Amino acid sequence: MNALRFADINGWRQALLAAPSAAALTASSQAMARASQAQLNACITLPELASPTHATGAALAGIPYAHKDLFCTRGIRTTAGSKMLSTFVPPYDATVSARLADAGAVLIAKSNMDEFAMGSSNENSAFGAVRNPWDSDRVSGGSSGGSAALVAAGVVPFATGSDTGGSVRQPAAFCGVTGFKPTYGRVSRYGMIAYASSLDQAGVIARHARDCAEVLQQIAGFDPRDATSVERPLDDFRAACDLGVRGLRIGVARELFSAGVRPAVAACVRAALAQLQAAGGVLVDIELPRLPLSIPAYYVIAPAEASSNLARYDGVRYGHRANAASDLAELYSRTRSEGFGTEVKRRILVGTFVLSAGYYDAYYLRAQQVRRLIAEDFARAFANVDVIAGPTTPDVAFKLGENTADPLAMYAADINTVAVNLAGLPAISVPCGLVDQLPVGLQLIGPAWGECKVLAAAAAYQSITDWHQQRPPAPAASGSPR
Amino acid sequence: MHIESSKLDRLAILSRLALSADERFALGADIERVLGMVSALARVDVAGVTPMAHPDDASLRLRPDQVTEADHQAALEAIAPEMRGGLYLVPKVLE
Repeated sequence: MNALRFADINGWRQALLAAPSAAALTASSQAMARASQAQLNACITLPELASPTHATGAALAGIPYAHKDLFCTRGIRTTAGSKMLSTFVPPYDATVSARLADAGAVLIAKSNMDEFAMGSSNENSAFGAVRNPWDSDRVSGGSSGGSAALVAAGVVPFATGSDTGGSVRQPAAFCGVTGFKPTYGRVSRYGMIAYASSLDQAGVIARHARDCAEVLQQIAGFDPRDATSVERPLDDFRAACDLGVRGLRIGVARELFSAGVRPAVAACVRAALAQLQAAGGVLVDIELPRLPLSIPAYYVIAPAEASSNLARYDGVRYGHRANAASDLAELYSRTRSEGFGTEVKRRILVGTFVLSAGYYDAYYLRAQQVRRLIAEDFARAFANVDVIAGPTTPDVAFKLGENTADPLAMYAADINTVAVNLAGLPAISVPCGLVDQLPVGLQLIGPAWGECKVLAAAAAYQSITDWHQQRPPAPAASGSPR
Repeated sequence: MHIESSKLDRLAILSRLALSADERFALGADIERVLGMVSALARVDVAGVTPMAHPDDASLRLRPDQVTEADHQAALEAIAPEMRGGLYLVPKVLE
């Protein structure tokens, strides 16, 4: 076994400094990714490796990483998990891609994902489902399932993700790794293929909160190329990991423990809260009364934005194009019908409905009003607490195929994550136990621009527990390269 | 909410999607169920609540009126499905 399997960023850094050939070491990460394919199917593309630059002293010099396949990478295929973009090679880098390259990180894999980030199980990928390293009969979670699985399998010390309704936190919870979604506007969306623009935010998946902070330090910050990027000073996220929880007021929202949360999952999270309390945190009961409305509000707003964003895929400028269409309307409709999978079509149709004449006010406008009420619930709570805690998901990873016939059951499982996106807040999922030998996630939510509080609480928890150091029971089996 | 066949056809046209018979049946039923689920929003008192389109309630920035991008025509032509003489090719629109 590769000695660097399951190493964190610092472990890689030390090994790179000592290695006679940094390139060979980084290549070993890609070899692990290649070997994991047969078991996990977590990669869509294994690109040619850039030369590691660890001698430059850049923050992530030579550190291998997996990049969710919706971040554009110049000259490297970027599919968004869709047949529509299965041959798309972007002519430019996303800002996140460029910043990671500037920091010296080495891209070893474009990771599998639900098509256009629409999904909670990674079963909606045109490149096949990702399997959970803890149990290959179960889903990895989604939509950043490939990234979470590669970190969980110890292939890379960190991976990127994007989070529109939980797509970083939920797969992190299902795979037993740490997933961080920053405040909306903190990380540039430029070159990140859009799903729902007012909700999408780039994030990081790693073994622990300190590594999330290391990476966030590199990718965060104002970008004039993203119209919703917010210009404000960059906090010291790494230093925040040393702040501890003494005196930190931790809101325990009753609603995050209801809505079908499995008692054994709730028990793990309550045990984690007791440990945070023992470390000096102050638990405060709070209410988020509108939380149950977050699923209906999200499943109006996100499809509406998706139907608009995905209108660009028309077979004319880039991406898939249907053959032998007789007129322009047929070119559009055949291209899109061939290029999009079922879940994407479902959300485009729902989004088109709620934006159509006669229904806009009753659905879209009303969902935006409810969105504000949900955000106000959080604002009220954060007047009295520093972070809010609860389970990331109602249950552990489910079996492949278990929910595919019932999209509403799949949507309902997003209950504890989507409200955070509606309000635009930062949140992290950290491993906090096992149920049925499968990981459980503790979610810590912060106020807008309160990344440091979230990281402080998460790092403090991980300094007194070792759930984040647990490994899946079986190593990845060897497989064939793609 | 029941989605009539004619309404589903209209949605498909607006969405620029050509649906097979099987897809029409399955997606039509799914849309009805999703709309049933989101109907919970109708029971919320939203009187006087300003719609929230953006988490930060920020208005879009304006940038200085200066050329900042280089000419990317060659790179964009290289990824176009059908291109000739610097023009995107589509089926004939005018008779």
